[in-house]
Amino acid sequence: MSVKDEVHMPEADDSLTLTRRHFVRGVAAAGLAALVEGAFNQTGAETIAHSPSILTGNNFDLAIEPHHVDFTGRRVKAIKINGSLPGPTLKWREGDTVTVAVTNHLPEVTSIHWHGIRVPAEMDGVPGLSFAGIAPGRTFVYRIPVVQNGTYWYHSHSGSQEQIGLTGGLVIEPRDKDPIVYDRDYVVLLSDWSDTNPDTLYGNLKKQSDYYNFHKRTAGTFIEDAKSKGLRSTLGDRLKWGRNDMTPADIADVTSATYIYLMNGSPPGANWTALFNPGERVRLRFINGSTMTNFDVRIPGLPMTVVQSDGNCIQPVTVDELRLGVAETYDVIVQPREDKAHTIFAQPESRGSYARGTLAPRMGMTAEIPPTDPYPYRTMADMGMGGMAQMKGVKMTGKSSHEMPGIKSMQMEGNSDNRMPEMKDMDMSGMKEGGISAMSHARTDQPTEPLSDPLAGMTPFPQPGPGTTRLAPLHSQTIARPSETRQGDVPLHIGPEVVMVAKEISPRLHDPGDGLNGNGRRVLTYADLRALYRGVDGRTPTREIILHLTGNMERFIWGFDGRKFSEAEPIHLKLGERVRFVLINDTMMEHPIHLHGLWSELENGGGEFAPYKHTLIVKPAERVTYLVSADTPGLWAFHCHLQYHMEAGMFRTVVVS
Amino acid sequence: MMSRPALQLILAGTLLSFGGIPLCAQAPETPIDAPTPLSHWPKPVNDSRVFAFVTFDELEGRTNGPDTSFRWDGQGWIGTDFNKLWIKSEGTVTNGITSDGDHEFLYDRPIPHLRYFDWQAGARVDIDSGPTRAWLALGVQGLSRYFFNIEPTFYVRNGGRVAGRLQGYYDLYLTQRLILQPQVEMNFYSQPDRARGIGTGLSDIDGGVRLGYQFSRKFAPYIGYVYSGTVGQTATFSRQSGQPTGAHQFVFGIWLWH
Repeated sequence: MSVKDEVHMPEADDSLTLTRRHFVRGVAAAGLAALVEGAFNQTGAETIAHSPSILTGNNFDLAIEPHHVDFTGRRVKAIKINGSLPGPTLKWREGDTVTVAVTNHLPEVTSIHWHGIRVPAEMDGVPGLSFAGIAPGRTFVYRIPVVQNGTYWYHSHSGSQEQIGLTGGLVIEPRDKDPIVYDRDYVVLLSDWSDTNPDTLYGNLKKQSDYYNFHKRTAGTFIEDAKSKGLRSTLGDRLKWGRNDMTPADIADVTSATYIYLMNGSPPGANWTALFNPGERVRLRFINGSTMTNFDVRIPGLPMTVVQSDGNCIQPVTVDELRLGVAETYDVIVQPREDKAHTIFAQPESRGSYARGTLAPRMGMTAEIPPTDPYPYRTMADMGMGGMAQMKGVKMTGKSSHEMPGIKSMQMEGNSDNRMPEMKDMDMSGMKEGGISAMSHARTDQPTEPLSDPLAGMTPFPQPGPGTTRLAPLHSQTIARPSETRQGDVPLHIGPEVVMVAKEISPRLHDPGDGLNGNGRRVLTYADLRALYRGVDGRTPTREIILHLTGNMERFIWGFDGRKFSEAEPIHLKLGERVRFVLINDTMMEHPIHLHGLWSELENGGGEFAPYKHTLIVKPAERVTYLVSADTPGLWAFHCHLQYHMEAGMFRTVVVS
Repeated sequence: MMSRPALQLILAGTLLSFGGIPLCAQAPETPIDAPTPLSHWPKPVNDSRVFAFVTFDELEGRTNGPDTSFRWDGQGWIGTDFNKLWIKSEGTVTNGITSDGDHEFLYDRPIPHLRYFDWQAGARVDIDSGPTRAWLALGVQGLSRYFFNIEPTFYVRNGGRVAGRLQGYYDLYLTQRLILQPQVEMNFYSQPDRARGIGTGLSDIDGGVRLGYQFSRKFAPYIGYVYSGTVGQTATFSRQSGQPTGAHQFVFGIWLWH
């Protein structure tokens, strides 16, 4: 492997020492710190914290090997990549063409999918759609022209290999100057680990879907509720849920009853540590590389300025906490000024336990670990029966936020203090080049190109950046409004695959999600996300693809429009067309929906600055819309990124041709 | 605005050489056929996997002091979401004599518009210390509103004999692991079967309440109280043969699940 040396890094001039990277050094120090820390921990052999190594260059070799790990005192089967769980962090550079030779030492077929990476379809790594998979003993060479930058990750797309370790971070350096200024750079990959074999785990869910739910309503909680809310209302509430055989405790299918939660492969006790000097800007690249766990991440006492989501720069928003759906990534900048340690705290939505690490000025330091929040409960709003406190009085049924005059301003409320108009976290060194900061450049000077101009070199559409132009229709149009959609308009197969259809759906972009409302902290919402750079495809979508997210949680069958993958036809997109995806969640759980190969531009009121995402959480009874430019031909996977929902049928093939 | 076909052609032309890797051999001028997975490729996900499940709701000793018996009532299935072979078995052993030996082999499928119910059809054989009987069986099983598990089944055998059985239980969670489970089973017959001591109408009832602690979902020991007895004509037959017509019993056992 050719190791890229520092000369290739986009280095600022020496006067801007703050932009110097300490990536490798920081991580090495973290490893050392952990060695010390780990010595005090008694459980399991894997409690010695380590960071996955960082591989740089253009040519990579990855060996996928069977291994054993011991996180809990039990030695169980795992998969490691180059001896590491999670696998090594790969560092690519925009503009390069990289090759990754993946050798399979497992006794079964494997694969690596580059999550969020815009690759030629046959390099996407989905057995059955991109290729046949990598047979035991074979090597597959991925050849990928890198046309984007940001924080991503990679993982197996074969069975449940992801659950037992086949994941890793992927960082792509921008070709041009990074608009994000930082002194230290850490990948923080969160994952969930179970000693239970994934097949057994999935089988348990198929046989008893609440197998891992130990927050059921009981006689005890009935008495407590009756005391606080009155017998009559408690009884009424129980009957309302019971009538549908549903429970508000249905937060996650797999919980801390079997999972422990890892930060860069380290359990909480091992205390993965990232070093800083007081006053430095630390970039934390949060990756939710788990299989079934949405994480709520915060660093008590330290506000986080979110600067990137799913690899795409966003206008900085400062928050106390953010929710990472499975497979989402968020980059944040923190600037600890005091000479003290801070806990990086990531609790699953279903609470009960946490992943934890420490930001510390020196090795071996710890900070207080906050208690996990109370277990959240679903509401009637999640069941699609309205009654959502924040939306009281606003009839939202079947309408998008864009049509509702009152909603836009509502979304903005409470965000204004989060957003940082002065953009103090952006790279001001750009000022030297013509005195225009990256930010103002993005906002005002990005040219908009009429559609009649030559498109050569424009397709597939580039990732929005300081140098990209916006392709717009000749008659300048704003983003078209989603048409009013009612459930009846969609051919929805009602069978044993479906237990409910939400009666009232609403956009819940301003809602941070169940368990995060009213916790006294500023929590990031999808309504807060504004792309730093204008989107590149300004065309109006020509049609809508409306999909209900459906399921039967009792039978543990999941799908779209009431059908599992095996019962459904692929979704066809014409090459070059611009379409709107409308997702309506008829289930009572969040589903992180991931479209391979193409960007999903979330319609959150951001207009030209709609954020580009690869994975979008759709909340219960929520209607989410996003635009897709079908600019890369091939077979693409489209699925819920909760591993066992995908395996249970929440998967479609999207054909672009 | 440029016409859509023209735009697509330009896009297609550029895309064909994306990354220097030709995606198909066609010239940009010709429309691209929808790509298809090669036949030897696996499915990207297998959402119709076969699972196997076994559970015992009753695996218990029953005693009222002088008399003790052993009772089992279990079921299991093997299959996919939509097609299952479902096997049920129950019986009571008292002093080496097995009674109520009821074994069923059923094909099971979800009922399309009843989200939590399956229909089941197949055979029931009564194999125990009494004469063997064979029945055709047709039933439903599932979770009714308010979390009641119910399982009514109808049986037919030669001579137009009809039978029915109704089983049901409810899991009342006292805590996350401590469960109080009321349960009842009733049997009906259209015609008497003296050899098996069965009369017309409601023949027997077996109901109780068990308190179990789930050390895990798969293993939960329990204790409880059960009443089992014969009714009506069946009770008459019991009396005639010197059998008790009803017994209040203390039970202890294990709920198993795999």
